[in-house]
Amino acid sequence: MSTTTTAVPEKLWSGGKSPFKVEYGKLMMWYFLMSDAFTFGAFLIAYGTTRFATNGWPNPNEVFKSYPFAGENANAPLVFVSIMTFILIISSVTMVLAVQAGQQMNKNKVVINLILTILGGAAFLSCQAWEWNHLFHEGAWWGRNPFLNADGTASTTNFTNFFFTITGFHGFHVFSGVIINIIMLIMTLTDKFEKRGHYLMIEKAGLYWHFVDLVWVFVFTCFYLI
Amino acid sequence: MEHTADAEHHGGGTKEVIKVTIILSILTVIELALGFAMMGMEQGSGLKLAIKGTIVILMMAKAFYIVGYFMHLKHEVKNLIMTIVVPLLLFVWFITAFLSDGNSFKNLKNTYDPHKKELSTQKVEKKEEVKETKTEEKKKAVE
Repeated sequence: MSTTTTAVPEKLWSGGKSPFKVEYGKLMMWYFLMSDAFTFGAFLIAYGTTRFATNGWPNPNEVFKSYPFAGENANAPLVFVSIMTFILIISSVTMVLAVQAGQQMNKNKVVINLILTILGGAAFLSCQAWEWNHLFHEGAWWGRNPFLNADGTASTTNFTNFFFTITGFHGFHVFSGVIINIIMLIMTLTDKFEKRGHYLMIEKAGLYWHFVDLVWVFVFTCFYLI
Repeated sequence: MEHTADAEHHGGGTKEVIKVTIILSILTVIELALGFAMMGMEQGSGLKLAIKGTIVILMMAKAFYIVGYFMHLKHEVKNLIMTIVVPLLLFVWFITAFLSDGNSFKNLKNTYDPHKKELSTQKVEKKEEVKETKTEEKKKAVE
């Protein structure tokens, strides 16, 4: 008898409990994020394929070289975008702290970290809005590309089309993430989770938020660095 | 006490978060340093390609730390990890197939469409320079 009772917890597929040891909603969030990863992957691979199929390509260091409150002759490539990257990493860290505080049922800590995460997301969105606005005033938009290739030859509109589509799609994810986090904050403040007895919802929102950070790692590398 | 035991079971805790944050920051700084180092280099040179490859590897390392520790996947049950990671392996095939296809398309175009190739090698005068020369001409005309 003793052998059967000790063997049972190790058999994940014997029934009666989740074989993945996670809550249903969290598992489904993982599968949603996987499908979202394929969407972003398809975008980025299309971008890569087009870049491999084209003879020239604009130099990102010449295109993304400005920053707010700089003059027209600003020449600081990578500086502004690295600030954006760090903003997103830090907001991801505060989200982890919010999730951990939720596991400890520490409401105040959850609230503080969620507010910091929302502020980080809003800061990132403002940076992106500034950058889009700046590029738009330089003449770049869908279907319009004022930049030349790195070797001085004429460039196609593929560059701007992919840039605005992919950073726009990512920016929309950040925007929805901020909205989700605001809803989480309201639910925490109104003690919804305290009544439920768990903060699992914050964990799901956290998964989504980290995914947004993860996608930025790829977008940042593919558009600004390489 | 129960909560701390639970946190240990799931792995992590604040110490791990701080560690991963530092690792992610260091990786980002290295990426940026490589990006700055790459700026003056000639387009398409071997060293530049090697640096780009290094940046991609660093990017994958960052992705591993975010998914593994921030998203907690490393501390989940092995079955769950497999259902997430195995389908994503499709990307290996996607990237290899599509990028090499793009490259072959470029080579085919350059071989069989010489007109287009010639167009893509013609340099365009920068617009600002054109404007400057025009204003200079105007100045001369006024004088």
